Amino acid sequence: MSTRPQDRKFVSADPDKCIGCVVCEYACSMVNEKTYNPNKSRIRAMRIGPIENMAVTCRHCEDPPCVAACPRDALSQDEKTGIIHVDESACNGCNWCVAACNFGAMMLHPEKKVAFTCNACEEQPDGPQCVKWCPEEALTFVTAEVLAQKSRQTAVKNLFQQAAEKAKSK
Amino acid sequence: MFSYAGKILRVDLTSGKISTEPLTEEIAREYIGGIGLGIRLLADNSTPGTDAFSPDNPLIYLTGPLSGTMGPTAGNGYAVVSKSPATGGVGEAKAHGFFGPDLKRAGYDAVIITGKAPQLSYLWIDDDKVQIVPAEHLKYKTTNETDHAIRDELGDFYIRTSAIGEAGEKLCRFACIINDEFRAIGRTGLGGVMGSKNLKAVAVRGTHDVNVANLEGFKEFIKMVHEHMKGPAAKKYKTLGTPENVLVLNNLSALATRNWTNATFEGAHKVSGEYLNEHYVKKIVGCATCGMRCDHICVVPEGPYKGSTSRLEFECLWSLGPLCGVDQLDAVIEAMRITNEYGMDGISIGVVVAFAMDCYEHGIITKSQTDGIDLKFGNAEALLAIIHKIGKREGWLGNALAEGTERAAIIIGNGAEKLACHIKGLELPGYDLRTLQTAALGFSVSFRGACHLRSGAYSPDVSGKVNRFKIEAGRGKIILEGSDLNNIIDSLIVCKFSRGTYYNGMEDLAKYYTLATGIPMTAAELKKTGERIEVLARVFNYREGKGTREHDKLPWKILNAPVPDEGIAKGVYVKEDEFQLGLDDYYKVRGWTRDGVPTPEKLQELHLEKYIPLLPVAAGGK
Repeated sequence: MSTRPQDRKFVSADPDKCIGCVVCEYACSMVNEKTYNPNKSRIRAMRIGPIENMAVTCRHCEDPPCVAACPRDALSQDEKTGIIHVDESACNGCNWCVAACNFGAMMLHPEKKVAFTCNACEEQPDGPQCVKWCPEEALTFVTAEVLAQKSRQTAVKNLFQQAAEKAKSK
Repeated sequence: MFSYAGKILRVDLTSGKISTEPLTEEIAREYIGGIGLGIRLLADNSTPGTDAFSPDNPLIYLTGPLSGTMGPTAGNGYAVVSKSPATGGVGEAKAHGFFGPDLKRAGYDAVIITGKAPQLSYLWIDDDKVQIVPAEHLKYKTTNETDHAIRDELGDFYIRTSAIGEAGEKLCRFACIINDEFRAIGRTGLGGVMGSKNLKAVAVRGTHDVNVANLEGFKEFIKMVHEHMKGPAAKKYKTLGTPENVLVLNNLSALATRNWTNATFEGAHKVSGEYLNEHYVKKIVGCATCGMRCDHICVVPEGPYKGSTSRLEFECLWSLGPLCGVDQLDAVIEAMRITNEYGMDGISIGVVVAFAMDCYEHGIITKSQTDGIDLKFGNAEALLAIIHKIGKREGWLGNALAEGTERAAIIIGNGAEKLACHIKGLELPGYDLRTLQTAALGFSVSFRGACHLRSGAYSPDVSGKVNRFKIEAGRGKIILEGSDLNNIIDSLIVCKFSRGTYYNGMEDLAKYYTLATGIPMTAAELKKTGERIEVLARVFNYREGKGTREHDKLPWKILNAPVPDEGIAKGVYVKEDEFQLGLDDYYKVRGWTRDGVPTPEKLQELHLEKYIPLLPVAAGGK
C-alpha cells in the first residue's frame, strides 16, 4: 500500500500545554542513544521566557530543504513515512542541512559529527517515545491534516463559546 | 560507579589555580552527594573559626547521583554548601531548574571554590575547560540581567548560570543565588559568601553523557514515579500549588501574621492560593525532567505593577504578604520579583521587613531612621521601598536590615531583640510555632537554623497526628526520622515536592540509588547515612561554637507572647519547661549528651571517628 504524503505523521507540540520540562529530550536520548544527554536528543524544548515554552523537532516537510541542501546526497526522505534518513558514511558534517532547516530540527551529532534528526522512533512498535513520556500530553504524533482539523475544531468551539457568552451577557 | 561524574573540581580564585581530583566510591556511598557530600567537604576543607566571608571559607557547588539523569525532579538539582554568614554554622541550600544537570554533564560531582578573585569575576565551566572571567561590567546587575548577559557574551542559549545580584555583592547575610530566573539557592545567605569571593556567577555548559548502571530498570522505576505523579501525592503542586497553605494554616490559627503578632490574617482570602490562581497565575511550568510541574508563573494584569512577573510559592507569598500585614497580591508579586532580582532569600526578606515594621509600630525605630518610609504593617508601598533599600544597603536602616534579623536587632537595640524571629540567626519560615509545637522543637534543633525543610516537623502538627499545642515525649523521634529522611532527599537532591511519590520511602530511594549508580544500597544503610549527615553537621556546628543546647532555642515571641486571636488557639504559646523536656527527648533518641553533643561512641558507630578529637573533653574528646 502506498502512503499519500498527506498521511505522513510528525511530532507536534502544543505550546499551550508544553511546560518546557524537557522530559522529551531525555526520553529521546534514552531510547535512541541509550544514555541521558539532551545534546543528543532529536527533539529540543525551548523556553524563551517563563511562559513561552515549546518543543521543536523535524516536521518531515514536503520537499525538505535539508535534503535539497546536502551537497553529498547523504540525506533522503522516506517516501512512505517522510522521515529524513542520514547516510552516515556519506555525511561529512558540513552543516548545509543545519543551515537550511528553519526549525533547527536538523542538528549535528555532538560525537559522531554527522547530521541527525527525528526518526519518529520508527524502530519502536508504539511510535515516538517523546510522545509517550510527555507528562502534559503536549506532544502528538499527527498528520498535517489531523493537526489542521484539530485547529479548526478549537477555533470553531471558541467562536461558539464567545458567541454564547456574548448572548448571555446581553 | 555509574551516574556520578567521579570528579571534584577545585578552583582557587586568589591564585587562579584550577585542579581536579577523583571522588572515591567510599565517600560517594557514605555521603551520597548534594548536601551530604557538601557537609563532608566543608568539614574537611575549612579550619575552625574561619569567618564566613573570609576567602578561606570554601563555597561548594554539588550535584547529586541522580542529577543529569531522567529522574523526575531528581535529575535537575544542585546544592551549595558553605559556612553560613547568617548562622555561623552549616549553610546549605538546594535548587532545581536546569543548572544542576549541566554541571553534572560538565563532569563534576562537586566544585570547591576558595579564595577571592582580584576583581569581580565569573567562573566559566565549559566541560573540562574552566576559566575565571573578569566581570566588572556585571557589577550590580540583577540576577536575571547577569544570566542573559553571560549567555549572550558566551554565545550559547543553552549555557546555564547560577548568579548573585546586588545584595550578594554587598554581603547581605541572607543573599541568595539564583538560577533559571526564579530558582534559588535560597537560605542561609550563600549569595553573600559568593559576593565575598568577588564571584558574580558560575556559568556552565556540560555536553557529556550521564549513564546509569541499569538503564532498563531505571526506566521502569521512573515510569512508576511518573505514574505516581499523576496521583494524589502531586495534586496540590499541580493545582493551587503551595499557596493552598494560606487558608489551611489560617484555619488552624497557624498563619503567622504581622511578625507573629497574630496567628490569623483577616486578609487571608485576598492572598489565598485560590485568589492567586484565579487572578494572577498565567501558566504552571516545570523544571528539567520534571513529571509533575509546580512553577506557578504569576503576571500582574493591571494597576501600578502591571506586567510584573514572578514565580510565587507559599513561603514567600506569606513572608511578603500576611507576615507584613499586606493583603495586595499584585504588590507581593512585585516584591517577589525585585527580591529575586537583588538576589535575596524570599523567606528572610519578609521576616526582616516584618521585624522592622514591628519595631516601627512599637516606636523602637522612627520615621527619621526609615528615611521617611511609613513602615506600618500593611503598607505595600513601604514594603517595596524598604526591600530596595535593603537590596542596595542604602541608609542606616537598609544597611542594618541587610545584616539579617539577629544582627539588625542588636544594631537597633532598645528592646528590638524581643521582636526578632530567628533561630541561630536564620529567619523563621511560614508557620506560627506557637500553634505548631512539634515544628517549634524541630526548627530549634535544625542544623541550619529555623527551617521547615530539615525535619518537616510541621507535618504531624498540621495533619492532626499529635496535639500541636504542646510538646511531649515522642516528638524527638518524629523529628529524628524526618531529619534523617530529608538529609537523604537533599543528598540525592530529589525535589521535596515529589517526596510523596516515593510510596515506599527509604526503600524506594535505596532502589533508585542502586539502579542509577550500581552501588548496592539498602533502606537501613540509607537511614544510617541520613544520621551520619545529621551528626557531622552537628559536629561542624559544635566546632564553630554553634552546636550545643544553648543554640537550640526559640524566638522570644514564641515563648512569651500568647496567641491573641479569638478561636481555638487563643492564649497558646510554647512553654519553656515543655520545650526543654522536648530537647531532652530529642537528644536522648539521638544518643547525644544532655548538652546536645554527639558522643564519641556515636561517631565511631557512624564511621565518623576522625572527628572525635573535635568533641568536648567531657564527652571524651580533646
